[in-house]
Amino acid sequence: MERLSAILARLGQAAPTVFGIVVVTFLMTRALPGDPAAFFAGPAATEASIAEIRAQLGLDQPLWIQFSRYVQSLVSGDLGKSIATGQPVVTDLATRLPASIELTLVALLLSVSIAVPLGVLAAVHQDRWIDQLCRMLVTAGVSLPTFFTGLLLVYVFYFLLGWAPMPLGRLDLLSSPPPHVTGFMLLDAPIAGEWATASSALRQLILPAATLALFTLAPLARMTRAAMIQALASEYIRTARACGLSKRRILFTYAFRNAQLPVVTTLGMVFSFTLGANVLVEKVFSWPGIGSYAVEALVSSDYAAVQGFVLAMAILFVVLNLVIDMVYTLIDPRVRIDG
Amino acid sequence: MAEQTLQPSRFAHLRYVMAANPVTLLAFSLFALLILVAVLGPSLVPFDPLASSPAGALQPPSLTHWFGTDQVGRDVFSRVVVATRLDLLISVSAVAISFLVGTALGAAAGFWGGWFDSVLGRLLDTIMAFPLFVLAMGIVAASGNTIENVVIATALINLPFYARVARAEVAVRRQAGWVLAARLAGNSSPRILFQRVVPNILPPMMVQISLNMGWAVLNAAGLSFIGLGIRPPTPEWGIMVAEGASYVVSGEWWLALFPGLALMLAVFTFNLMGDGLRDLVDPQRRT
Repeated sequence: MERLSAILARLGQAAPTVFGIVVVTFLMTRALPGDPAAFFAGPAATEASIAEIRAQLGLDQPLWIQFSRYVQSLVSGDLGKSIATGQPVVTDLATRLPASIELTLVALLLSVSIAVPLGVLAAVHQDRWIDQLCRMLVTAGVSLPTFFTGLLLVYVFYFLLGWAPMPLGRLDLLSSPPPHVTGFMLLDAPIAGEWATASSALRQLILPAATLALFTLAPLARMTRAAMIQALASEYIRTARACGLSKRRILFTYAFRNAQLPVVTTLGMVFSFTLGANVLVEKVFSWPGIGSYAVEALVSSDYAAVQGFVLAMAILFVVLNLVIDMVYTLIDPRVRIDG
Repeated sequence: MAEQTLQPSRFAHLRYVMAANPVTLLAFSLFALLILVAVLGPSLVPFDPLASSPAGALQPPSLTHWFGTDQVGRDVFSRVVVATRLDLLISVSAVAISFLVGTALGAAAGFWGGWFDSVLGRLLDTIMAFPLFVLAMGIVAASGNTIENVVIATALINLPFYARVARAEVAVRRQAGWVLAARLAGNSSPRILFQRVVPNILPPMMVQISLNMGWAVLNAAGLSFIGLGIRPPTPEWGIMVAEGASYVVSGEWWLALFPGLALMLAVFTFNLMGDGLRDLVDPQRRT
């Protein structure tokens, strides 16, 4: 019960953040270069038609009325219409979101499952070769531009070795998408029993996911190593050693459980990077997610679509941080979220 | 005053760290090289970075064209070298803006506290609530697709890091003995803050700059990779990688590889330098 109220309190804390986000995206809609009404009216518009569009968009109203209208339309799920696709932005984002989430989650899973063991090993064998390897990987990892790593992987694994398929989206040309259940191809295809489609989806996913994972590996491995070193140097570990507990037990039950907290905190920051890097990776691999949607919208000055994308990403980020905080309380019962 | 008397020994410490840590020495040498290329590059390159020759398009690296030629026959080596200045200029001016504005805002918030501190804190939290690269995209899209706006957007998303460090560093010093002494001697608050306290927080701010520089370079290049800011045919690393991307699948790797490597080298240099500077200024925070 106490945990539930703590979670509710944390949800309440997210409210001002969401409000701030909405204010910023609202300001973005008003900051269009030049006069937004003239922009939407097009180059051939007359004074009268610009004034008409201004009234239609509510731009002749005071700012706070414009803002409350903006909030109202957001609440009713109206983000405007995309010029490029002719669809409501919400529909576009909703159809493309699963592709992005699938990519991000697989990448993070991959990255965590490599970074955490690597960081632990580096901490246990401090200053040995595995530690040096970890340090090299970490420094190289943060220096690599994601779009460049992606292209490098495409060149090596598609062009030179021929192991990976052509980097064009979620499925190869011969497969057709499975019936829509979750929107995640890796789940939908097995549900429909289409194993060939599932393997095609997996093959398409490996390179972009690896690219993103390489990018997020560095901060996670670095933090795991630092947290483990700190935990291993603490007094309770010395006590545990003095009591003659087994190495295994000291390492995993005592040190690792304590080292998890800073790692989970880093995960929140890593998400911020990942969602940004997602855009670049999606462009490189023609991945039909919301990142490449936003890039196309940017090129064609499709403002409603870009703003919808920014808002969706920000909300997604807030939700992810909420989830991380909740995981926090599960790992460490001492943590009070409201504290 | 203790912090101000540290200067001479810090120089000795610098020499000691350089000798003990060849990686930091390497980082500083690479940095010097980058600056040199940025300053002298345009007058040293063998070819005009904008001169196209359709006959010599898409040639692999050779003795004449060290990095090969691109789809319209421009020399990739010349373009990569010339781009150094623009890339560094964008990220340096972005970081300079966030450093100056962030330090001033953060220092004032840390020194006076009160409503200004809480309002600034809320504003910074709002910026940090966005995935930062996405926010930069949104800002550039809304305010117009120009290089200046790329610089401003990059500066804005980096601002919180500087403001937070400055706020924390000033807050621990505002009740220090030498601050009280300066006040007793009749100095005004702004004078104490900007002439006494701010110089003392510069070392941690410098570390923040070099840790942040690489990330700023990456961000700016990422923005131009997706077509914001710099327009072709201007040579810039991000846009060169973007232009070369479509040739990678058909095997013309040199178009994207060399600007990408240059970008990587620059970021790598800044990151190594940041780590080195941090060891120098604050050995306890080594990870």
